[in-house]
Amino acid sequence: MSGLMERLKSGEVLTADGAMGSLLIERGLPTGDCPERWNLDHPEVLEEIARLYAEAGAQIVQTNTFGGSPLKLSHYGLDICTEQINVTAVRAVRKAVSADVLVSASCGPTGRMLKPYGDVEPEEISAAFERQLKAILAEGVDMICIETMMDLGEATLAVQAARSVSTTIPIAATMTFDLTKHGFFTVMGVTIEQAAIALAEAGADIVGSNCGNGIDNMVAIAEEFHKHSNQPILIQSNAGLPEMVDNQIVYRETPEFMAARVPRLLESGVGIIGGCCGTTPAHITALRTAIKQHRTG
Amino acid sequence: MELLQQISDQLEKGDTVKVAELTSQAIEQKLDTRIILDNGLIAGMAVVGKKFKAHDIFLPDVLLAARAMYAGLDLLKPLMIEEGIPTIGKVVIGTVQGDLHDIGKNLVGIMLKGAGFEVIDLGNDVTPEKFIDTAITEQADVIGLSALLTTTMPTMKKVVELAKERGIHGKTRIIIGGAPLSSEYAGDIGADAYCFDGIKAVECVKGFVGIN
Repeated sequence: MSGLMERLKSGEVLTADGAMGSLLIERGLPTGDCPERWNLDHPEVLEEIARLYAEAGAQIVQTNTFGGSPLKLSHYGLDICTEQINVTAVRAVRKAVSADVLVSASCGPTGRMLKPYGDVEPEEISAAFERQLKAILAEGVDMICIETMMDLGEATLAVQAARSVSTTIPIAATMTFDLTKHGFFTVMGVTIEQAAIALAEAGADIVGSNCGNGIDNMVAIAEEFHKHSNQPILIQSNAGLPEMVDNQIVYRETPEFMAARVPRLLESGVGIIGGCCGTTPAHITALRTAIKQHRTG
Repeated sequence: MELLQQISDQLEKGDTVKVAELTSQAIEQKLDTRIILDNGLIAGMAVVGKKFKAHDIFLPDVLLAARAMYAGLDLLKPLMIEEGIPTIGKVVIGTVQGDLHDIGKNLVGIMLKGAGFEVIDLGNDVTPEKFIDTAITEQADVIGLSALLTTTMPTMKKVVELAKERGIHGKTRIIIGGAPLSSEYAGDIGADAYCFDGIKAVECVKGFVGIN
C-alpha cells in the first residue's frame, strides 16, 4: 500500500507525525542513552508512540531509526546490532498502525564529517547508509525519509544509497537551515537552491526541510524550495526554538499557532506536513485539521 | 611584515601547504616567534572567526582554516618551547557526560587555539571527575563545558560542585556553552559564564586571564 507519489501528484496533502525523542525521554529514555537502543529493549514504547501519532491523524508515521546507521550506532558500540535495531523499529510501527498509514523510515546523519573537513571517506558513508536501508527495505516500508542533513555531500550519498537499494521506493530528503542576514543556509553553507537541485539529481522524489526552525521560518523555506523545485515539498517544523524556563526546556508554538500557517505552506507546494522537535500528537491533529479545512474551504 | 600578512591570508583560504611553507620561511628569516604567531596565525584566525560569526563563511571554511593554522602552529611549537614562550592560558574543554555532539565544542577549541590558548580537548562524554582531574594536573585557567542535550545539562552542575569540593572553584573558571543554555542557567549552577559562541568564549577566557 504505497502509491505515495501518485497521491501527492494528484494534489493530496498528507500529514506526517511529530517529535520522537521528547516522547521517548518522557517514557524514561535515560540521559545520553542511544534512542535506537530502545528498539531492542522497549518495542512496546515505540508501538505506543506510533499509535498516538496515528490516532492524532498522522497518515505517515516514522520509524525510530534516525540514528540507525552503523556509523552512528558505533558511538554506542551498537553497530553490530544494525539489522536488528532497524528491523524491530519497522515492525513496531507496522504492528501499531492500520494498513492505510504509510510507514516512513527515518534516516539521519552519521555524525561523522566527510574529508577534507572530517576524517571519513565517502565510501564509508555510502556503505553505512546502504547497510541500514537494506535492513529496513527487506522488512518493508512505504518511503524513506533522509532528514536533518546539513552537509550536501552526506545527504546526496544517503539519497544515492537509498536509490541503489531500491529503484522504486519514494525517497524524501530534508535539510536543516539557519536564517542568516544573507538568507537560509545550513551550518555547512548549503543554500535551499543547491539542496533542491542536488537532492533531486541524486534521486530524491520529495525535498524539503525539518528541524532548526519554527513554523514562520519554515513558511519562508518552503517558498524558497518552491522557487527552485517542481517536486513535492516536505516540511517538518519545530514548535519554535527551545527556550529554558526554570531549567525546563520549552517550545512555545502551540498547535493553533502552527496550524494557522498551514495555508501558506500549501500555497508553496508543500505535499507533506509534519512536526519535529517540540511537537506533540496535539500539534499533528491541528495540522491535519487545518489541511482538511483548507481543502474544503 | 608582508610575509605575515600572506600567512594570515593563506590561512583564511585554508591552504595548509602554503601556510606551512610561509611559516617555515618566516622562521628561516629569523622573525620573532611570538610575532609570527600573533601577526600571522592568530591574526588569520581572528578574521576567520569574524567572518564565520557574520555568516560570510561557513563551517567547512572554518575547519579548513583551522587545519592550516595547526600546520603553522606545529612548526612554531618547538621554537615556543625552546624560547620559553608561554601560551596566554590553558583551557580544558569537553562535551559533558552523555553528550556526543561535538561540533560546537570543536569550534570553541579551534577559536581558542586560534587566539593563542593551549587547549586540552577531552572529547565527548566526559565525566565530571575527568574534567576536574585534568584541570588540576594541567593547572588550567579555565574549563569549558559543552552540552547540546537538555538531558545532559545536569552534568554541568556536577562539574561545578566537584570543582568546589576539590577546592579549585573560583581559581579555575568554568564556562558553559550549547544550544539549550543561557546566562541564567550558568548563574543557577554556579558557572562563571555562558558563552553563546566561540568568539564569545575567546573574549570570556581572555577576560579571565587578564588579557583584553
